[in-house]
Amino acid sequence: MVSERDVLHIAELADIGIDKEELAEFTGRFNEILDYFDILDQVGAGETREADLVNVFREDVVDPSLTKDEVLANTPDPEDGFFRAPRVM
Amino acid sequence: MATISFSPKDQYNAFITTLNEAESGPGALSGIPVAVKDNISTRGIPTTCGSRILEGYVPPYDAHVVTLLKKAGAAIVGKSNMDEFGMGTTTENSAFGPTKNPADPSRVPGGSSGGSAAAVASGMVRMALGTDTGGSIRCPAAFCGIVGHKPTYGRVSRYGLIAYANSLEQIGPMARSVSDISLLMEVLTKYDPRDSTAVDCHYSHTPDPEIRGLKIGVPEEFFGEGVDPRVASAVWDGITLLERKGAEIVTCRMPSMAYALAAYYVTCTSEASSNLARFDGVRYGPPADTKLPWHEAFQQRRQSGFGTEVKRRIMLGTFALSSGYYGKYYAKAQAARQQVRNDFLHLFRTVDVIAGPTMPTVAFRLGEKTDPLSMYLSDILTVPANLAGIPSISVPCGKSEGLPVGLQIMGPHFRDERVIDVAYAFEQGVSR
Amino acid sequence: MTDDAPISRPASEGVTRWPGEKISDIQRQTQPANIRMDFSDDEVIIGLEIHCQLDTATKLFCGCSTDYRDDSPNTHVCPVCLGLPGSLPRVNKKAIGYALRVGKALNCTVLEESEFARKNYFYPDLNKGFQITQYDKPLAVRGYLDIEGDDGEKRVRITRVHVEEDPGRLVHKGGADRAKYTLVDYNRAGIPLIEIVTEPDLRSPKEARKFLNKLRATLEYLGVFDSEKEGSLRVDANISIQPKGWFEKEGKGKEGRGRAEVKNISSYKGVEKALTFEVTRQKNALRRGQRLETATRHFVETRGITTASRSKEMEQDYRYFPEPDLRPLRVCDWAAGIVLPELPDARRARFLGQYGCSPIHARTLTGDLRLAEFYEQVAETDPILAATWVADTLLGELNYRDMSVSKVSPGWFRALILLIKEGSVTDKGGVEVLRSLLDQIRESGSCETPDECVGRLGLIVIERTGGAGDADDPVAMAAREVVAEQPQAVADFHAGKKEAFNFLVGQVMKKTRGRAKPADVNQVLLGILGKEG
Repeated sequence: MVSERDVLHIAELADIGIDKEELAEFTGRFNEILDYFDILDQVGAGETREADLVNVFREDVVDPSLTKDEVLANTPDPEDGFFRAPRVM
Repeated sequence: MATISFSPKDQYNAFITTLNEAESGPGALSGIPVAVKDNISTRGIPTTCGSRILEGYVPPYDAHVVTLLKKAGAAIVGKSNMDEFGMGTTTENSAFGPTKNPADPSRVPGGSSGGSAAAVASGMVRMALGTDTGGSIRCPAAFCGIVGHKPTYGRVSRYGLIAYANSLEQIGPMARSVSDISLLMEVLTKYDPRDSTAVDCHYSHTPDPEIRGLKIGVPEEFFGEGVDPRVASAVWDGITLLERKGAEIVTCRMPSMAYALAAYYVTCTSEASSNLARFDGVRYGPPADTKLPWHEAFQQRRQSGFGTEVKRRIMLGTFALSSGYYGKYYAKAQAARQQVRNDFLHLFRTVDVIAGPTMPTVAFRLGEKTDPLSMYLSDILTVPANLAGIPSISVPCGKSEGLPVGLQIMGPHFRDERVIDVAYAFEQGVSR
Repeated sequence: MTDDAPISRPASEGVTRWPGEKISDIQRQTQPANIRMDFSDDEVIIGLEIHCQLDTATKLFCGCSTDYRDDSPNTHVCPVCLGLPGSLPRVNKKAIGYALRVGKALNCTVLEESEFARKNYFYPDLNKGFQITQYDKPLAVRGYLDIEGDDGEKRVRITRVHVEEDPGRLVHKGGADRAKYTLVDYNRAGIPLIEIVTEPDLRSPKEARKFLNKLRATLEYLGVFDSEKEGSLRVDANISIQPKGWFEKEGKGKEGRGRAEVKNISSYKGVEKALTFEVTRQKNALRRGQRLETATRHFVETRGITTASRSKEMEQDYRYFPEPDLRPLRVCDWAAGIVLPELPDARRARFLGQYGCSPIHARTLTGDLRLAEFYEQVAETDPILAATWVADTLLGELNYRDMSVSKVSPGWFRALILLIKEGSVTDKGGVEVLRSLLDQIRESGSCETPDECVGRLGLIVIERTGGAGDADDPVAMAAREVVAEQPQAVADFHAGKKEAFNFLVGQVMKKTRGRAKPADVNQVLLGILGKEG
């Protein structure tokens, strides 16, 4: 069972804001789904995927980069070629 | 170069974006209008994944499959509606409104490639690209009464497909006939080194309806609890038709089906929780609010930009990967996934293909299913093929309550040709 | 130690906050403060995590060029390193080859199967909301590097070596504290990094510095790393002070006193500075009877101090899982096929034998690839003389000017050594020429020849033309003048004071502007003073 507090913690970890009104609904659904996931407890550990396809590489050869216009086309107000992001401090 | 004009009424809301004039060149698909699911990147054409968080995003590059379509002369006429980021079974989870089922507009078309299915079923386009993470091509194909094929994992490049669950999903063809599926497969399977999980195994094949002596496995679990008896009966009729055409029917077991759905949802939500972290509004999409501090801006953006189901899956996946729960959820899901794979490998030692219903029921009414878990449970028959990475096709198989039913045929890795042959044989048998 | 270093304060002053330290970091013990001044029973425990940029032509997961340093922001980016939706990473084979070379040179075991993993966290320098790195299946594990430690030869164990992508670069206009928003440049995003993690085997900041120097030399000898590129190396350091023998007894993972994890030190000197600051800070805290909590701290390079960072970083849950867009690596047989070049230890041994260098010179010369190669290009003139001039004189002058040896042409340096060897220029004159030429290079990028410089500065050695009494001999003239001008020194000399003679020699050298040969000056001075006596 996860509590509303647990769900808030998960939302925090996932960096998703959730409203108080949504919280009860989220928590209820969460518990139904997690109860269903409990069936995985019956699965023995151990066996991992054997890799059939390994060592996929590219050579160290330069490919053209995007043009400046293409790079900044999807951002409304770049500054001196930089993207603008909210402050991190 | 010819210009194809395209101005449909779109009464089913199959498209997010349409192009009134589309270019078409010479090639195998010359002049054929094709719809492309809106999670596949198209240079110069908005690509939204059915989400507000990508509204206005115009990719500066084409997905590999789009390049291939263009090279084959196809006319890309629009970007089709879908559940946000592919997360849904009904196409009701689109930020651009639900798509309706052309077979019965009061019903859902299935999802998440519901827009592609509706566009094909209504005749707006001859073929479409869908993507299938846990049934998203086959489910809407079954609900709308068309053919949809999920190729073997690695057969079609995912380069340019906006990821939902990378280890599960494939781009695949949707059409009204198996021969069109085959035609599209020939175009789509050209190798692309940009997808490191892709394999160079080109599909070059003409469907062959001869199935005498073919062994078809039918797992009991595909007719178990939750499968509507009327759907089951329609599918059994279909299997019997294949038997009449000379195939041998063998009933079998797939014990790992008990874990498959949980393994699927743990895996896809885990991968999604990471894939969907990049939509921060710095490089593309509606711009981030730079007045707020980073984390606050990011939290708000994700709260308002994502729909409820997307948020739920991101949070589920975050939880499944979090410290202290990784072993219980993610690691166990991978072990269960291996069991599913092993079950298929085991079965394919004695049978050539495996058949069963695509969906446990016919199409739901719009708005009928509101409870997420019961929605998830309706994917139970399609997710095993994704977990194992094997090819699987859904072909129309009669009706139940007047609504289309899909027959699902699964084959061994890289034997897409074989499942397409069986589907073709079935299609020929039905139409005769 | 800088002015910002904490000054020890008596415990009675109570809780004192150091720059950047938060109240919550300082947890006073409930028992009366136990004033400690003696740390002879304690030792410093240091472990390092080093990130170096691998010197490939393209990024780790796409074909964008790594040569971005002189270019404007976001000009070396593509859908992959911009994290555009739908793009997929592709592993640069050369980066893996380079990392394996490092693993082998550090005597590591290459795992049979390794894989990439996603490290999930939200920060604008991450183009995808996660970093592709390696987690529980790194490329190589359990190696070592031998260094000259505080107490002689020492083996520092390497925990693991793995490959990951560099994040982008954040810029805060007007400074981090005042900027209203963050600017992001993804040119650096995706540059291949190698992360090398050591066991906590280092016992002093100086030892940590020596380890880094040796590691840098090793990476450069391997041809996989260019330490001269700005920002090519970053270090996180773990440091704590524990009772002697605690670590050996308790082993890794046991909680002793809290340790500081100092993040993101971006220079070699910075590492020693930051750790020295930490030793002082932690000892002071212990002196004051405070309990040290394990905490993340940031090194403020400009002030030479570390500051506490937000506690959130400690609680980060990175939710690692295997990168589903990449296939596993099975490359341990590649490692077996790699033939390593001559590494610093081997080259040092060769320098001792082949050139007859002194052990100290051999160590200095081989401690830096460029210096070693430079030396080998000038050694033919006179191996011993060249060793002194490269390892002592040149290196000192370069460090003083913060210049790289790569700016110096072996051609003119050879000519300079030959002038000195032939006796055309005195040692002192040689230094003057060297300084002048280095200054010219620093200013204009080129310089005149040593011959021209000697001529221009008038530094050609003064040849004697006669004996001590000879009126025309320039050295004798200078010596006679000095003797006349310095009666006190002359008297001291006669009174048996040796220093007085050295003083007089110095005065003669000064008068001749260093152009007289020291042996000539000695001889002439003794001649004059002897006559007087």
